[in-house]
Amino acid sequence: MKERLEQLKAEALRQIEASDALEKLNEVRVSFLGKKGELTGVLKGMKDVAPEERPKVGQLVNDTREQIEKVLEEAIRKMEKAAREAQMRAEVIDVTLPAKKSTVGHRHPNTIAMEEVERIFVGMGYEVVEGPEIETDYYNFEALNIPADHPAKDEQDTFYIGGDFLLRTQTSGTQVHEMEKGKVPIRMLAPGRVFRSDEVDATHSPSFHQIEGLVIDKHITFADLKGTLAEFAKELFGEETKVKFRPHHFNFTEPSAEMDVSCFKCGGSGCRFCKGSGWIEILGCGMVHPNVLRMSKIDPEEYTGFAFGIGLERIALLKYEIDDMRLLYENDVRFLKQF
Amino acid sequence: MNTALSWIKAYVPELSCTDQEYADVMTLTGTKVETYERLDRNLEKIVIGQIQKIEKHPDADKLIVCQVDIGGETIQIVTGAPNVKEGDKVPVVLDGGKVAGGHDGGPLPEGGIEIKAGKLRGVPSNGMMCSIEELGSSREMYPEAPEMGIYIFPEDAKVGTDAVEALGLRDTVFEYEITSNRVDCYSVLGVAREAAAAFKKPFHAPKVEVKANNGKVEDYISVEVEDKELCPRYCARVCTNIKIGPSPKWMQLRLAASGIRPINNLVDITNYVMEEYGQPMHAFDLDTVAGHKIIVRRAKDGGVFQTLDGQMRNLDGDMLMICDAEKEIGIAGIMGGENSKITDEVKTVLFEAATFNGANIRKSAKRLGLRTDASGIFEKGLDPRNAQAAIDRACQLIQELGCGEVVDGMVDVCVPLPELRKIKFDKDRINALLGTDVSEKEMEEIFARLELVLETESDGTKVLTIPSFRQDLEGIADIAEEVARFYGYDKIPMTLPSGEATTGKLPFKLRIEQKARDIAEYCGFSQGMCYSFESPKVFDKLLLDRDDVQRNAITIANPLGEDFSIMRTISLNGMLTSLATNYNRRNKDVRLYELGNIYLPKSLPLHELPDERMQFTLGMYGEGDFFTMKGVIEEFFESIGMMQKPGYDPKAGKNFLHPGRQAAIRYADKVIGYLGEVHPEVCDNYDIKTKVYVAVLDMPAILPFATFDRKYTGVARFPAISRDISMVVPKEILVGDIEAMIAQRGGKILEDYKLFDIYEGSQIREGFKSVAYSITFRAKDRTLEDADVTAVMKKILNGLEGMGIELRS
Repeated sequence: MKERLEQLKAEALRQIEASDALEKLNEVRVSFLGKKGELTGVLKGMKDVAPEERPKVGQLVNDTREQIEKVLEEAIRKMEKAAREAQMRAEVIDVTLPAKKSTVGHRHPNTIAMEEVERIFVGMGYEVVEGPEIETDYYNFEALNIPADHPAKDEQDTFYIGGDFLLRTQTSGTQVHEMEKGKVPIRMLAPGRVFRSDEVDATHSPSFHQIEGLVIDKHITFADLKGTLAEFAKELFGEETKVKFRPHHFNFTEPSAEMDVSCFKCGGSGCRFCKGSGWIEILGCGMVHPNVLRMSKIDPEEYTGFAFGIGLERIALLKYEIDDMRLLYENDVRFLKQF
Repeated sequence: MNTALSWIKAYVPELSCTDQEYADVMTLTGTKVETYERLDRNLEKIVIGQIQKIEKHPDADKLIVCQVDIGGETIQIVTGAPNVKEGDKVPVVLDGGKVAGGHDGGPLPEGGIEIKAGKLRGVPSNGMMCSIEELGSSREMYPEAPEMGIYIFPEDAKVGTDAVEALGLRDTVFEYEITSNRVDCYSVLGVAREAAAAFKKPFHAPKVEVKANNGKVEDYISVEVEDKELCPRYCARVCTNIKIGPSPKWMQLRLAASGIRPINNLVDITNYVMEEYGQPMHAFDLDTVAGHKIIVRRAKDGGVFQTLDGQMRNLDGDMLMICDAEKEIGIAGIMGGENSKITDEVKTVLFEAATFNGANIRKSAKRLGLRTDASGIFEKGLDPRNAQAAIDRACQLIQELGCGEVVDGMVDVCVPLPELRKIKFDKDRINALLGTDVSEKEMEEIFARLELVLETESDGTKVLTIPSFRQDLEGIADIAEEVARFYGYDKIPMTLPSGEATTGKLPFKLRIEQKARDIAEYCGFSQGMCYSFESPKVFDKLLLDRDDVQRNAITIANPLGEDFSIMRTISLNGMLTSLATNYNRRNKDVRLYELGNIYLPKSLPLHELPDERMQFTLGMYGEGDFFTMKGVIEEFFESIGMMQKPGYDPKAGKNFLHPGRQAAIRYADKVIGYLGEVHPEVCDNYDIKTKVYVAVLDMPAILPFATFDRKYTGVARFPAISRDISMVVPKEILVGDIEAMIAQRGGKILEDYKLFDIYEGSQIREGFKSVAYSITFRAKDRTLEDADVTAVMKKILNGLEGMGIELRS
């Protein structure tokens, strides 16, 4: 019996050795280890073995089975590995072939700039609000300390609708709407579309966007205005950015200023971009005029505040080096795809 | 405003700085310098020479050979200039020097023109005599310069000295941007006062003393102001024995640098005083003033008047006129009349320096279409005290320049001058507003430089008296700005607001819009931006019915032409125009979206603010069809928590869409938008020769259904059972109707249903289509039995049969 087992084992190993495909190995498994296989046959012959010998022989059969199984599995593993490698060799690709991109759309550069500004100020605790694009004279002018005869109200700047209605020329009216809600402190950011009667050309558009900011609280100072806008400039244009405040005039702020940032192309040494000055004008700002506070029922003796207005297109044009404002309203996908 | 620095220095003699320092300091104290230009740019090695001898050139008829004394040395110069003679003193550029321009007066080359010794037709020439054009200027500014020829200095010019200096070109012209509140700075004196304060140097205003004759102005002129509201002050003085001639060189140069062409002494004086004091003046020939009387009154409606430029002007009752006893002789503050203008024969001059209502002047100038230097200044609203100072200055100059004799006295018709404004001074308020710690002493110094007078009243309060020329200073905030400007904006610290913390947030509406952008872009749509105003013709382009309510658009009273004249009531025109632009430029497979308002009036004309409705508009051509667009919309709805199945009503009633390929989009039984294929006729109107699909979602209608709340409902743990059904359906029944039936009858265990086949054609009889659905059932709490599903399926099938649908086995 023992010889028979040895013989079977040797035969199995030989056949395994000779197999050159997985199916053949399977055949070996079936013919030796299967239900009707040789080893099973040996077990069936146990009835002829003396009862005291049976455990020993059983052990012997199991050992043989294990040995054959082990070799067989090893062979299968090897063969599978070889087969996979062969397949992968056949699947080599040229990785330098062109990429297949999913067609994703692109945001308008204005929106990208606007979301960037919003993100910065929301992070500083500002609430984003909106105001109407068609406004009354009061919110666009009068409540902003722009009296009835101010030249800015002249027809050459403002689109009028008739009666008291006009297309807002600035987002500053949202300041008034916000203050009228009667809740202080205020930290507000109001982006939106504004209109001025300028003919369309490379640097003008009758419709453009501003972002208005307003902070009202006790003890707000001009120093706070400077600090806030310096932070903003660093966030938007990079940590190295320097700011410069120049005195200016706006009816609704006093003191007023314009803020320049160090040119983000040349870093301030002067280039074509900043016309050699090293500085780029970015926004207008100032301390909210006491008359404006008073008209919106906020006591200027108790509260102070600052406001600023950013030209969104100016930021977008500068940041992306767009040289013609008309591109922003043409909506040519070859332009839009670049953002 | 352009001014030569030398003119500023006339009042601030201690001012000493480079041009760049001056520009920086002025800008940082609020008088913004836009640009500056050196007048001696590219003028090098140019001296005054005197021509000793002129000989003919041996080989050229048109050339002469000059021996020129350049101060201790004589050089030979060959020239073609026709106007020089022996003894003339001329500007000579020496070998290796530079001139600014060519003799033709064309545009100046960037680096100037270098001059080198050489030979002209074989004769050595060691320099060049210059025309005024070669010196970078013009005969406009140097009227004495000859046409086509060398500039010739007066006889007293010193040979060998700097010719550029002698011409007054060693100077820099600064261009300022003056803010509208600083009326006082539209004058040389105003800017000089700012410069003195900025550089902490003393300011010397001109000393005005008029040596008048024994006459009495009242004997020459009387003045009556009928409309004192429009003319708060009218000052008049008279000069006699006028001798018209050129004004002195120094005056001409200052005017020229300011961009004003010198004309004659009288005109130049009025212009000079306007520049210097910021007070426009007018000079009348008194002999043309009937009755020697001035009346200031409103014009008559429908009147016509000839201004001194010869033009006829239409007048109306809101325009202020200067009149004599018989007729109108000038439009106040804007332009004088042809009938009283100064000629070279003038003997007696009437000077006018007045203060007019700024808004009235601005509006009148606008209606007349005649904006002059004078009206541009008057419209800012002038200080009435300045009028007297200016008229006296003009008389002084008449006298000093030997232009005439000044008659004693002034006719002054004036409403009571307003008291000088007083503002309570509070150092702490100023520091609190600025966030600074500027000492009172430092503030006092700033006030002194600005001529603000600080006094302590009997009760101990400190009060600032504001000079009349600073009309812009009204309250403590204005004073704080003065302190800030001269303390230095750059020295104010940078801090962040302290106090109660606030939460930064984006409102729900904007978050939904952000989501709309995200989804559109995931689906391949790029964001466009369109104008809010458009042409009323778009309604016809979009085939809107004559009585379509969308034709009721808000009209702009003063549009930039008809194409921008109405506020849009529909967002499609912008989208189609943008798609057309892309189509014409041969861009393939274009997908665009836009988020922008339409403006729906509640009534016309407007009585209240219109309804501004944000529209989410999508448009595409090329790859994709109606159902691609539908997919984008549903993707958006799901992303904002609108989990119900939207309804699509093919009767959207949109003329601009294909009648068989349009749908109104419903959600919870509310119409929230529409989509469809653009009508081919509309495509033609936009010159797009391909199929275009659009969708418009009305964001305010969507907002109530949108939410960012999500609730986890569990992942199915029990197996699902699917049943497929195949039907023969009358053609007019929409799959939407079938789905509604399945949804309605499917009960709690209905999980999903999917259309997997739809077919019309040869195997199906006329008027019918074959439709197949796969319906999935699943229970949350148990494994479904066949019987559960069979019962529900029976209900569904009964329902479908009730609709006239046949089931195929």
